[in-house]
Amino acid sequence: MHGRIRTWGPGALVLLPTVLLLGYFVYGLIAWTFNTSLTDKHNARPVPTNHVGFENYVNLFGEERFLNSLKNLGVLTVAFIVGTLIFGLLWALLLEKGVPGEGIFRSVFLFPMAVSMIASGVVWGWLLNPSQGDDARGLNRLFSILHLNFLENPWWTAGSRWTTMASIALPAVWQLSGYIMALFLAGFRGIPPELREAARVDGASEFKLYRYVLFPQLSPIALSALIILGHMSLKLFDLIYAITGPNQFRTEVPSVYMWNTLLRSDMAKAAAIAIVLLAVVAVLVIPYVAYTVRQESEE
Amino acid sequence: MSVVEASQATGKAAAAVSNKPRRNAVSDGSTRTSRTVRYILLLLFLLFVLTPVYVVLITSFKTSQDTTAAAQWSLPETWTLEPWRKAWDVLQPYMVRSLTLAVPAAIIASLIGSANGFVLARWRFPGANLVFAFILFGMFIPYQAVMLPLRQTYQELDVTRGIPTLLITHVIYGIPICTLIFRNYYATVVPMEIIESARVDGAGLIQTYARIILPISISGFVVTLIWQFTSVWNDFLFALFLTQQNNGPVTLGLAALSGGQKVDYAASMAGALITSFPTLLVYIVLGRWFIGGLMAGALKG
Repeated sequence: MHGRIRTWGPGALVLLPTVLLLGYFVYGLIAWTFNTSLTDKHNARPVPTNHVGFENYVNLFGEERFLNSLKNLGVLTVAFIVGTLIFGLLWALLLEKGVPGEGIFRSVFLFPMAVSMIASGVVWGWLLNPSQGDDARGLNRLFSILHLNFLENPWWTAGSRWTTMASIALPAVWQLSGYIMALFLAGFRGIPPELREAARVDGASEFKLYRYVLFPQLSPIALSALIILGHMSLKLFDLIYAITGPNQFRTEVPSVYMWNTLLRSDMAKAAAIAIVLLAVVAVLVIPYVAYTVRQESEE
Repeated sequence: MSVVEASQATGKAAAAVSNKPRRNAVSDGSTRTSRTVRYILLLLFLLFVLTPVYVVLITSFKTSQDTTAAAQWSLPETWTLEPWRKAWDVLQPYMVRSLTLAVPAAIIASLIGSANGFVLARWRFPGANLVFAFILFGMFIPYQAVMLPLRQTYQELDVTRGIPTLLITHVIYGIPICTLIFRNYYATVVPMEIIESARVDGAGLIQTYARIILPISISGFVVTLIWQFTSVWNDFLFALFLTQQNNGPVTLGLAALSGGQKVDYAASMAGALITSFPTLLVYIVLGRWFIGGLMAGALKG
């Protein structure tokens, strides 16, 4: 036993600081936030607070503004995921067999990923200018130059929830499609060439080759992509902050609403919004983490 | 693909993406017409991705009279560096602060991640899997869930919020992803036999780490350093919560330059370019490794 501790001990010791740090800064602080969300701390005054149970949550889910932010988030997430997956997969398919200048295409498609969402939001906020006709700026002006006037639209400033949130999703799609392309491209290149050969020898058409041989091989990557994109979309904040400003009911999502609530020093409510957000992310991520770790233990 | 498989594939995938496709795939199955169609489509998508770049670039060289609606997509009448000068004047202190933030934050988190990753991959102890799950989950939490008490903690510790607190924060929340990247890196590149024979020879953990592991860790470090540098440089949320305008990093500077009532568009476009320059440089110079970082970051997002 003593010998075992001598071999294991140092390893456990190396991890100890990390465990303590994350224990406090991740798990401890989440518990703290949760605890705050159960109180009536609704202003900055340092008065003693009371526990009010789940009152803040009940209020949130009865509040039009919060439900609006959840609906916005749902629409944004769908638009963002569908758009990014379509572009990413399409680009990977176009590049997969190799074309002259492949490196250039790959690099250009990927580069927006290096840019911060704030910088991209500043630029796209300007491109998504709502003015139309003679006053048109941004993309609307480009459409009118190209005689595509029917494409001119008020972007996020008017119209349905779908057009509004899809306008917000557009820059995000621009930023992340290249990333998804890289994931899928790596997937295609990782498929053993023998598989294609075998399918061709068996007389499979190109369509059947993709449908029955290649795509099934990519489904694990598609799942990863889905988790990554979903999880990014749920937390999206910077882009909205930069494009529309933080205080826009039309484009408000829970992360932005939390910020606005915090500006009014309503700590309990902000904490409750944060916990709802965490819960949504956890529903997505916990099965994924559990699956991963179980797989590890089996090894 | 699980999180772990995904990042084990990191190196291979990055190589696969940067490698030429297999030749046999090019020669058969696709006619010349379909290749031409593919090429035209690719060029159209290239235009789509580059359009914002074009307009940002030309605008950043325009005088304010030149940024009228009608002239928005045309080249500048007169080229000027004035917007760049203006943006630089505002952003320069922010740039310095971001550099003093992102470089050490990336290095420290990578070092801790490397030591953790080595233990979790090659110097395991009972319960290591539980610890691994514990760390892994930390990677995915939305920062909104910790932000409020984090600010209070710093307040109670009576430290001024600014670059130092932001640095500590980025190191702490960067540890999970760095640990994961290194854990999978060591699990794939370091054969267990080497570790065992070192143990038989009586080498302890520190000796093994310093003599065997560190020297072969360079590519792992390049990936975590790039990943951390880019995500710290581009972070806005922590910056907004934990610093003020006058002592914040570059994302706050850009938001300030481009917000407000009367926005100087030319200067804010120049500002967007200036603040993106360091990460773009990393992308251009270390492109292949950058992809590796992205693949590893597939896990965090």
